[in-house]
Amino acid sequence: MADAAAENQATKAMRMQEALREALRFEMACDPRVFIMGEDVALFGGAYGVTRGLMQEFGEKRVLDTPISESALVGLAVGAAINGMRPVVEIQFADLLPLAMDQLASHAARYHYMTGGRINVPMVVRTKFATRAGGGPSHSSCNHGAFIHFPGLKIIMPTTPADAKGLLLAAIRDPNPVLCFESHILYGVRGPVPEGDYTVPIGKAAVRRVGKDLTIVTCGGMVLKADAAADQLKSKGIDIEIVDLRSLAPLDKETILTSVAKTKRAIALDEGPMIGGISAELAALIQENLFSDLKGPVVRIAAQPIPPPHSPPLVDAMIPDVDQVVDAVMRLAEGGEIS
Amino acid sequence: MLDASRRKEMLRTMLKVRAFEEKLDDLFQRKAMFGSTHSYRGQEAIAVGVCSALQSTDLIASYHRGTGHLIAKGADLYLLLCECMGREDGYSKGRGGKMHMGDMGFGFIGNTGTVGGTVPTATGAALSAKVRGSKEVVVSFFGDGAANQGVVHESMNLAGVWKLPVIYVCENNQYAMTVSLEKSVAVKQLSVRGAAYGFEGKTIDGNDVEAVYEATQAAAAKGRSGGGATFLECITYRWDGHFGGDPGTGYRSKEEIESWKQKCPIKRLKEKLIAESQLTEAEFQKMSDEVYAELDAVAKRAEAAPLPKKEVDLDAIYAASEVSHG
Repeated sequence: MADAAAENQATKAMRMQEALREALRFEMACDPRVFIMGEDVALFGGAYGVTRGLMQEFGEKRVLDTPISESALVGLAVGAAINGMRPVVEIQFADLLPLAMDQLASHAARYHYMTGGRINVPMVVRTKFATRAGGGPSHSSCNHGAFIHFPGLKIIMPTTPADAKGLLLAAIRDPNPVLCFESHILYGVRGPVPEGDYTVPIGKAAVRRVGKDLTIVTCGGMVLKADAAADQLKSKGIDIEIVDLRSLAPLDKETILTSVAKTKRAIALDEGPMIGGISAELAALIQENLFSDLKGPVVRIAAQPIPPPHSPPLVDAMIPDVDQVVDAVMRLAEGGEIS
Repeated sequence: MLDASRRKEMLRTMLKVRAFEEKLDDLFQRKAMFGSTHSYRGQEAIAVGVCSALQSTDLIASYHRGTGHLIAKGADLYLLLCECMGREDGYSKGRGGKMHMGDMGFGFIGNTGTVGGTVPTATGAALSAKVRGSKEVVVSFFGDGAANQGVVHESMNLAGVWKLPVIYVCENNQYAMTVSLEKSVAVKQLSVRGAAYGFEGKTIDGNDVEAVYEATQAAAAKGRSGGGATFLECITYRWDGHFGGDPGTGYRSKEEIESWKQKCPIKRLKEKLIAESQLTEAEFQKMSDEVYAELDAVAKRAEAAPLPKKEVDLDAIYAASEVSHG
């Protein structure tokens, strides 16, 4: 899979957790206003090791272990941000974001607009998501789509280690609240990461694979499935383009529409619920703008409308798989003119 | 002990807070403002006693019944009234209304309409003060209704654990909307909640502006010197209903309301100053006339001020500037 990591910068291979840590470490060293708080983030180094070693390096005043109080953590970050700090909060599972929903949706997201621009809330909330066996209904939600309903929040979802570093660094520096969704599936993926100061602009999608016949617009762990499907389809003579959103808000409409205007066929692929989610938004966006150019309907492939279950076969039935993507592309191809 | 001139200043500010609410009610009745009012009449001693004890660098967070806090902390009456009236000149350019403002220019972190929603904001601002090693103290104003919100408890717990320079000012006006405190909590005093989180809790007379001032001053001095948080439960009463359309009599007896009007914080300080020969009835009348005349003038300007244009400003959603390091 092509990676857009800056070609002119020296890189080092690392996993996504390490890349995220690189961003945190870099900015904490540069900016004394940056501090981290969350459950298990200090002594233990975070449930997924992202903050490992940072408390030892920067001290207990800048990496704070907290009680289990998600709503207050986000709420305190809002207040600290308004009063001059740049907090980074870790929420262990996206499933727990609803506990902090009022502080995210009605406070963090709205302060800037509702105060006529007098107040800024520069803060980051990092969280892990992905539907996987064993996680079950309270530990494996993909609820990212719910947050696009709240203007004022920025939402990032890094897919490569390089983007993880670049997007998180941009998020910490952003004068707005940024929600960072980190995929459990992608944590272990290794890739080259530019050293030193490296940012990826929020609101810019990446074309991960260039193709001419059909665009799959997707995000997070689904980028891997889209890529696997594209490999299979290549052997059938179908050339897939993959657009990785990287940011869900603001959405990079230009990159999405440019790609689909070229390929004239699109699939919106998402790990979150189909109803009212990212895939719905993408399908509407594409059809509203490119209806007369399209050679077929924009097909949505997303999670079934059930709570994330525990047992592996049930999980497999809920979330999109590679075969589903391949089948959908083949159906679109049969209806149209793909070679 | 506060000298007479400070106390007269506090008296004037309480009058200003009351005059503002009465002007707002007048505008509401005439349908000249949008949304509802949440009258602060009867509770003026708390906003004024607390804010008079703060330094200009100290911060406050407020809530829906918040105009009194803002005026006492130094808000511009014109900007405030314009915001209540949805005018472009308002603090939030008409985007927020009475319940949604913020201006660090006078140490006002913000208020929102989620009951208890700004208690973590205040607590986080206090965390910032502590981390930066500043001497700021933060006041979190909230009502007895907010005292039962989960996030308020979570926030107070963190303030206790981290010894944050925050003063939780719980304005116990005894009714959360229409539900009485005795139907809402099983404790006699909300101030016991301070002890639950490892800091001092005190119940004071919220209609005695000097008592509020002194308790705040002590709490602020403690917070400034690293002694952590304080919970101040200020017993008071709102004369009016919960919001503009509520006469406030469906769940409270007329006798109860009348008995609390007799405990009017403005009357109380005025009579005390007169008894001490620091003030005459004529001076008070003059003071009151000046305050009400000021409000009339401000309201006249605000009523003439333009509404925002009918347009959607998508650029207003996000703050623009990004920080960079060389």
